[in-house]
Amino acid sequence: MSIPRTTPRAMVRLGAVALTGVLLAACGSGSGSGGASSGDAAGGDVTLTVDLFGAFGYQESGLYAEYEQLHPGVKIKQTDTEDEQDYWKSLQTRLAGGGGLADVQAVEVGRIASVAQQQAGKFVDLNQYGAGALKGEFAPAKWSAAATKDGKVLGLGTDVGPEAMCYRRDLFQAAGLPTDRTELAARWATWDGYLELGRQYKEKAPAGSAWLDSVGSLNAVMVGQQKERYYDASGALVYENSPAVKAAWDASVKAAGDGLSAKLDQWSPPWNQAFASGSFATLPCPAWMLGYIKGQAADAGQGKWDVAKLPGGAGNWGGSYLAVPSAAKHKKEAYELIKWLTAPEQQTKVFRKQGNFPSATGSISQIADAKDPYFSDAPIGRIFGDAAEQAPVQVLGLHDKDIADQINNALSEVERKGTAPETAWSNAKKAVKNALG
Amino acid sequence: MPSAEPPAPPAPLTARRPPRPPARRRGRPAALSPYAFLAPFFTLFAAFGIFPLLYTAYVSLYRAELQTPGELEWRGLGNYTALFTDPFFWTALRNTFTIGVLSTVPQLLMALGLAHLLNYRLRARTFFRTALLLPYATSVAAASLIFAQLFGHDFGLVNRLLDLVGIHPVDWQNGTAASQIAVSSIVVWRWTGYNTLIYLAGMQTIPAELYESAEVDGASRLRQFLHVTLPGLRPTIVFTSIVSTIGATQLFGEPLLFEGSMSGGISHQYQTLGLYMYEQGWGFFHLGRAAAIAWVMFLLIVVLVGANASFSHRRSVRRRTRKEAGR
Repeated sequence: MSIPRTTPRAMVRLGAVALTGVLLAACGSGSGSGGASSGDAAGGDVTLTVDLFGAFGYQESGLYAEYEQLHPGVKIKQTDTEDEQDYWKSLQTRLAGGGGLADVQAVEVGRIASVAQQQAGKFVDLNQYGAGALKGEFAPAKWSAAATKDGKVLGLGTDVGPEAMCYRRDLFQAAGLPTDRTELAARWATWDGYLELGRQYKEKAPAGSAWLDSVGSLNAVMVGQQKERYYDASGALVYENSPAVKAAWDASVKAAGDGLSAKLDQWSPPWNQAFASGSFATLPCPAWMLGYIKGQAADAGQGKWDVAKLPGGAGNWGGSYLAVPSAAKHKKEAYELIKWLTAPEQQTKVFRKQGNFPSATGSISQIADAKDPYFSDAPIGRIFGDAAEQAPVQVLGLHDKDIADQINNALSEVERKGTAPETAWSNAKKAVKNALG
Repeated sequence: MPSAEPPAPPAPLTARRPPRPPARRRGRPAALSPYAFLAPFFTLFAAFGIFPLLYTAYVSLYRAELQTPGELEWRGLGNYTALFTDPFFWTALRNTFTIGVLSTVPQLLMALGLAHLLNYRLRARTFFRTALLLPYATSVAAASLIFAQLFGHDFGLVNRLLDLVGIHPVDWQNGTAASQIAVSSIVVWRWTGYNTLIYLAGMQTIPAELYESAEVDGASRLRQFLHVTLPGLRPTIVFTSIVSTIGATQLFGEPLLFEGSMSGGISHQYQTLGLYMYEQGWGFFHLGRAAAIAWVMFLLIVVLVGANASFSHRRSVRRRTRKEAGR
């Protein structure tokens, strides 16, 4: 290699400049985040970020626009992840790193124990802004799940998940089954009755249509009917011997064995497509599922769906909280926003638009007479209201959601691969052990 | 550069001409300049390569959880020994191996054949070469999502085509072999063109006279390929097989995006080591265990690449001695 003699000096300089640039770039990132919390006191323009999963329905119900009108100078920006598992993963990563967090973060009820017991320090104690005064507005169980032992309040409840059964009137009719929701509720007063109707449906069902979307949803909704599921009240892990878990598992395995399921993976693209195409006739539906059905089936489903009482009694599946992370930029403004969003009037609006059932007690009485034209004018206010009233107060554990996910996975093995139920159950136990560590 | 010192100034032709300034003053910066050039790389490498590597080793000795990052609990080699009795780890290791073979072997063989064809005088040669690189330029995410559609059970194109020739639909997601073949096919599709171009470059360094004399000797095209092209390509083949081995051991994006599940299918049937590490770390938040898996993968790659290199070295030594003995 031949280099002209005059260049080395220039090249050293060039190298030094390049190196300095790299070092400066490496140092530069650390200093930017220091002044982040200054927005708390300032009265000027504020942009609040809201990070959610699934369908909370705030945008759809026009609540952000309303809030912005009521509070000039406040802008709201929402991000949304469809799958809660993905959402939780990225939230945990950002909490550990302390950066990239929104002013308002949603937390699913299956995760709230983990927040209250392990991560209380990473969220703002809402008492300092006077949240204590709101206690009477919420159902006691909903309120206490987001509170720590030493009295911190880490989140305000948005919705709860009282359960019902959604079904397709047109498919029922084609298979010669009754379509009236009261009659059906009587026929499937028990889960055995539901499975029996399923077998009748299968005999005369339209081609390509199954009774149930997946046995995973059957399992989830049945587990939701019980008080004690994966943990006992002392916080000990009991899912292996829990009668509730066993009953739900057995019924799900039976439904899979009888070929009643469309074998779809919930929240996957084929599942989404099946809402419009009619691949399944029934879908166990917590209240928040109504908005999801409307979103997926859209106009093709208008008037075809209906809602009836759930077999085997009332239950609860899901529901969420809004929380403010300690690393949020505008904590006080964020609190004002979530206080407003979870107030009874706003929860009522979301229910009427989206179906998410309110957790604010003041709101429940306002919606008792609500009907939904999309669901053949089903009296959803009464159906879900009764379910919410009768649903057991569940024992929440640290890893409820992780355990549910692993059991659901094992059920898919039975459903789609024909794995023997005993093998699948032992796989589920191994997977739970692996997940909990 | 062979030597950092610049050559000594030539001896003065006449005594009247003043001597050049001493070499030392000019020599010092010149001697440093290579280091200055190397420094950016090594600074970045230390910050983003060495440090994470060592910190991962440190974390792998503790029980570390993402949700409680402050509480490290000493486990010694516990995270490593636990892997021996971890059925999911062995499944992932086996899957990594089978998917690695299923993707690397056809990929390299096809690349070799394609390169041989492209080495002939063809019309629109540049077009074909550019087209070959297109899959490589596609993002993993896009490719995996398309393939997931193609391999769908009910509406996938692959099953429809199979149906045309009277074969029952295959469950490409849930079957063990089927899902591994499906995942491998994404890898094969993406990397075959890339390897083809590397082989093609290697082939063009083989002197044309060798082919001419082989042709004079009456060797067929196939014989030319076997006896001229393949030996000439040996170093290139070693290079591609090492790179592919590393790639196969780290395989992550394709299986993750195939169904969008971290567990690699409902029975972990196509979960690779990379995916298992991700599931432990970012799905279950067990950072210590994930770090241990990362180090096991690192050591595995070192061993595999070492074995690969020593194998090819030994073969070439044997070949050389055989040639010399024959002379």
